[in-house]
Amino acid sequence: MATSKSRRGFLADSVAGLGSVWLAANWPAILEAEEYAQRAATSAQPVVYAFFTNPQAADIDAMASQIFPTTDTPGAHEAHIVSFIDRALVTFARDRRPVYIQGMKDLQAKTKELFPSASKFSALTSAQQIQLLTAIEKTPFFLTVREHTLTGMFASPKHGGNFNKAGWKLIGFEDTLNFKAPFGYYDAIALKSGK
Amino acid sequence: MRQFTPSTEVDFVVIGSGAGGAVMAKQLSQAGFSVVVLEQGGWGAYGHEQDYNKDELLNRFLPNVADRLMTDPVKQPNTFRRNDKEKASPGNHSYGCVVGGGTVTYGASSWRHLPYEFNEVTKDPTIPSGTGMADWPITYEELEPYYTQAEWEIGICGERVNSPFFAPMSKPYPVPPQPMKSSGALLKTGASKLGLTTVVPNVAAIITVPYMGRAACVNCGFCSGYGCHVNAKSSSAASLLPFAEKTGLCEIRANSYVREISTDASGKVTGAVYFDARGRELFQKAKAVVLAANGTESPRLLLLSKSKLFPDGLANGNGIVGRYLMSGNGGGASGLFEHPLNDYKGGVTGMAILDYVPSDPKRGFYGGGRMTARGQQTPIQYALGGPRNAPTWGAGYKKALIEQANRKMTLTNFITQMPLETNRVDLDPDVKDAWGLPAMRITMTSHPDDFKNMEFFKQKSVEILQAAGATTVWSDPVVDSRGGAHSRGTCRMGNDPKTSVVNKYHRAHEIPNLFIVDGSSFVTGGRNHPTMTISALAFRAADYLVKAAKSGDLKLTAL
Repeated sequence: MATSKSRRGFLADSVAGLGSVWLAANWPAILEAEEYAQRAATSAQPVVYAFFTNPQAADIDAMASQIFPTTDTPGAHEAHIVSFIDRALVTFARDRRPVYIQGMKDLQAKTKELFPSASKFSALTSAQQIQLLTAIEKTPFFLTVREHTLTGMFASPKHGGNFNKAGWKLIGFEDTLNFKAPFGYYDAIALKSGK
Repeated sequence: MRQFTPSTEVDFVVIGSGAGGAVMAKQLSQAGFSVVVLEQGGWGAYGHEQDYNKDELLNRFLPNVADRLMTDPVKQPNTFRRNDKEKASPGNHSYGCVVGGGTVTYGASSWRHLPYEFNEVTKDPTIPSGTGMADWPITYEELEPYYTQAEWEIGICGERVNSPFFAPMSKPYPVPPQPMKSSGALLKTGASKLGLTTVVPNVAAIITVPYMGRAACVNCGFCSGYGCHVNAKSSSAASLLPFAEKTGLCEIRANSYVREISTDASGKVTGAVYFDARGRELFQKAKAVVLAANGTESPRLLLLSKSKLFPDGLANGNGIVGRYLMSGNGGGASGLFEHPLNDYKGGVTGMAILDYVPSDPKRGFYGGGRMTARGQQTPIQYALGGPRNAPTWGAGYKKALIEQANRKMTLTNFITQMPLETNRVDLDPDVKDAWGLPAMRITMTSHPDDFKNMEFFKQKSVEILQAAGATTVWSDPVVDSRGGAHSRGTCRMGNDPKTSVVNKYHRAHEIPNLFIVDGSSFVTGGRNHPTMTISALAFRAADYLVKAAKSGDLKLTAL
């Protein structure tokens, strides 16, 4: 009976149904993204990007690293955000590819415009990168990379970013899904004083 | 589970399996009637709730996955406009869409209406004229036993409080309240500094101790927007539908999208036409229909069910169907504190201040409400929204994000919204859903008093957070509601068939074997979440229906 159906069983049924085009296209993609992330995380091979060329990956890594920089604590680079975005663009975020393709071209052009002697964005100094990104921070490309960087920083590591739970550790998020009171400073004080 | 063929005439078709429909399905099948529940959503993890994930990326940002629990805006678009003169633009109204309805993903607040909310119009001089405010055809005393029944059968936690701001109860809650969080402790501090007296735990459909074979809440904090993986959330799917199934008389049919309630030449309903998961159109025959599709889907379905006998839609001879929509106003303020609250742990809705529940003539407008503490957002939401008074990216952003993490508290208010004839659900003339049916259109602008009330509660929220010791306090400009899961009022109940859609037993005035049992029955919206009142009304409606049916009023024979 249907109540004991597995998720895949349910999927098989509904894929045949109305309006299931998106679902058919994307649910496997999400599973694929997870499997991809797990394979990559357990593999000793150097990273091979599925969507980006290596120079593109370097630019996106540099951008993500300015959006969420490495300071005295880990940033986007240590959290493998470029891998998260690369995987997203071949799986559940395929529809955002045009934004990246155009955006990376524009980034290249902007780099040449502002810093004629520079070869690529990732080769700029940090101050130059910040100057350039500030100039494009309202563009769909920048906003998309920001959204993907922060999503990758704080999504479950199984999606490829937030490596070693770097993002969650920074904001003190424990993913145990099981807590007992007192939870924070103020309820602990109230408990002690019996209020 | 018992299965019926669509051509078999069952006693009842129940459309919707949420707070209203699940109660009806259980009560009717336990009384010996055959029931088919048509639910437009999928199964979710019904019966294997441990499979509900707490993956924020999947739940919030990739909502089109196979196990989605809310409506799909692509398949079921809706439109919104402020008033009749505007052309509607795409809306963002959404609601639970799964076996168990909105109760699967709700935050689970389960407050009763207050006694005076059933007849405040005759008593409250602050209510302005020209609104749709009206007394209910039933009293709190009539509904009270059914509140108690609902609380005990569903599994509600809370603390019975003796206060004029708290509905009187003949029996305490079956389960003790959730533990106080830091936001609750701060609420108490702020309230006491301002001389406010009534700060109470949230009343919630969450079991804090094992109850009726289900395990206790583990305070994971992922309530709103998520299914409960330990089954401690007392959703309709967890607490009611399994008992309906066990009777052997109730079939739950998921992925069944109803497009019409059908009628015969005598004007009685004969069943429902729906599309199954494969897109096939089927007709389920029934002796009577219970419509419980929610405060916006129910009127839409009535309006879709046009025929020669009912040219303006079913039960709509007076043009009231869809009108007096209330989807609930709120607003509030947020504050940062010196020490960590860690409010992401524990139930999503924290403690409540009840002192401003009544309307007060001294304020110069009608309105009241309940103030509730809410804490930290989930990690991705928090990061995308960004820290307060900080850049949106870079080292400054990161520093502030880390500093402010877990130090934020928000006061979210649930306040009155008056029913207005002009606020309504109808059919969009242009936009169609994935099945080719006219999409839902919402027309809504709150009454000027509602805006004054929102401003009042915003100001009080700021004062309370400041009194509680917040280092920074802020609030957004007030905006009134444009839809959402708390829709009420669109098939209002009343004694006069000229001014209401259903009678005090939820029977449509125009159609003897059609019953409408969900938020649409509400006459006024109240100051609280609607779910518990929907469930109590359903237990009461079922009681009447069973008695009437057994005495032959519906020409139904108990199996």
